[in-house]
Amino acid sequence: MDTYRNNIDAVRALVRDAEVHRDVYIDDEIFQLEMEHLFRNTWVYVGHDSQVPNAGDYFGTSIGTQPVLMVRHSDGQVYVLHNRCPHKGTRITTETCGNTGKMFRCPYHAWSFRTDGSLLGVPLRKGYEHAGFDTSVAKQGLSQVKHVRNYRGFVFAKISDHGPDFEEFFGGSLSSIDNMVDRSPVGRLEVAGGVLRYMHNCNWKMLVENQTDTCHPMVAHESSAGTTVEVWKTAPPGTPKPMAVEIYAPFMSPYEFYEGMGIRVWPNGHGHTGVTKSIHSDYSSVPGYTEMMEKAYGAERAHAILNENRHNTVYFPNVMMKGPIQLLRVFKPLAADRTLVESWTFRLVEAPDMLLQRTVMYNRLINAPTSIVGHDDLEMYERAQEGLHVDGNQWVNLQRLYVPGEEQGDEAVTNGTSEWQMRNQFRAWNKFMTLSM
Amino acid sequence: MTVPSNQDLIDFVVREARLIDQHRFEEWLDLFAEDGIYWMPLEWGQTDPRLTTSLMYEDKLLLKIRVERLKGARTFSQKPKSRCHHVLQVPQVDQRDDATGTYVLWTPMHYVETRLDEQKLYAAWATHTLAWADGALRIKMKRVDIVNCDAAFGNIQLFM
Repeated sequence: MDTYRNNIDAVRALVRDAEVHRDVYIDDEIFQLEMEHLFRNTWVYVGHDSQVPNAGDYFGTSIGTQPVLMVRHSDGQVYVLHNRCPHKGTRITTETCGNTGKMFRCPYHAWSFRTDGSLLGVPLRKGYEHAGFDTSVAKQGLSQVKHVRNYRGFVFAKISDHGPDFEEFFGGSLSSIDNMVDRSPVGRLEVAGGVLRYMHNCNWKMLVENQTDTCHPMVAHESSAGTTVEVWKTAPPGTPKPMAVEIYAPFMSPYEFYEGMGIRVWPNGHGHTGVTKSIHSDYSSVPGYTEMMEKAYGAERAHAILNENRHNTVYFPNVMMKGPIQLLRVFKPLAADRTLVESWTFRLVEAPDMLLQRTVMYNRLINAPTSIVGHDDLEMYERAQEGLHVDGNQWVNLQRLYVPGEEQGDEAVTNGTSEWQMRNQFRAWNKFMTLSM
Repeated sequence: MTVPSNQDLIDFVVREARLIDQHRFEEWLDLFAEDGIYWMPLEWGQTDPRLTTSLMYEDKLLLKIRVERLKGARTFSQKPKSRCHHVLQVPQVDQRDDATGTYVLWTPMHYVETRLDEQKLYAAWATHTLAWADGALRIKMKRVDIVNCDAAFGNIQLFM
């Protein structure tokens, strides 16, 4: 039965000023509509161009649940193609990533395509002479995702013609990408260190919300970060603090710390925690790095870059980025109650290896399926996914520090324990869900 | 000087798995040398634990944090607790260096971890690098290569 399809008012009614209806997390039809509308009307992260450095390099991923290919064409441009042969629908690539040379060749019937997707050849072409092939969809080859933007190496794509252009969609939030890239003395990042893939039996939005949820670390992570603090107390005095303790311990910072660090929200669902400081502010310095940065940018600019310690930046709909850690997480929706989390790490080109070492350690300690911090979080998400089926109360509360009228704000900085950014996401959710209904 | 026999080495590896299965985690931790490492690579044939991410690459301090956490009153992901079960092939002694007291064993295994109604089966190879000192064996490195190390897993909460 269709409750929400062709019923724009019912969809709109799911999001109130500071509450959302549980169906946004548990309803299969809503999930399907998210794939048809939200993930087509927004600019979705596809990949980083360092994954496809040479002509013919490709990387297979998805936009929502749509399989796509990011590929470097012979003209140096990065294209995003729908990953299906126009003939029978076969997935074109056999590996997740690799180099296809000058063309893609379908493994089923050997139809071939240039790396911009255009059709190169079909065996026994004569058989199509009088078949109207020239005007068929198949003749167009692997269809391109029309709207693609490579912003300082980060490739985003929008499937639909609806919705704002790239600059309007992201606005001031691009400053978080800028800061991460600027942390390289030569202003360049490379994907490095491998990707952690972690399966979550919960809705993808729970993960996105959790990125700016600053009232949970000292509670949910007491088991991991709190235990770390306690175990570390037993170390003999004078023992140098290991990198791992520097990473775990700040999760136990008190409410006051998180209140003071601030949250900034931008239009269209983007926002970040850690305006003035963050749990990443007090890491030990990496020998030689500051000097490198000063040489590259001048002292003043270098310090401005390094003193920006944004915690989590949410790029709506489904990405979180950590500039000071050089880490990006993608929350890939698979079903209403199933999400694949990919955690990617980056090398700051020409910066000391020790930075990548810390990035890689952070990813392992926090984002792996074997991570104790990950265990804490996933337990909460899965309990929520289950609990939301309770019919007695069908609303999720997002009222913390809500002030009527905040909806009109363009860009705002507020108390770091506010749930404003979560409300911001749901306002964007409502906008992009209903834009093309 | 006495050195451990191959059977001593094999018995050590078998007992190590047993301690995990019986949740005797403090005794298990004591099997590690002070500079011992538990390594679970993320990539097939991974050689570098430093600049390539692993599922686990933990020294004794990090392992102790895990063991303490498993007992914690507010460790909600362990309420109820996970249980686990190892089935080992007979460990094979790949290298013996009696002069330095260094031994390497290779053990194919199946590992089951279960919690609530879910039970997950993993297949892996354990590579133990053991050190013989003061009449006792200690783990310098336990490396666990999961067959599908790069698959998307849910929680793995105990030790393979």
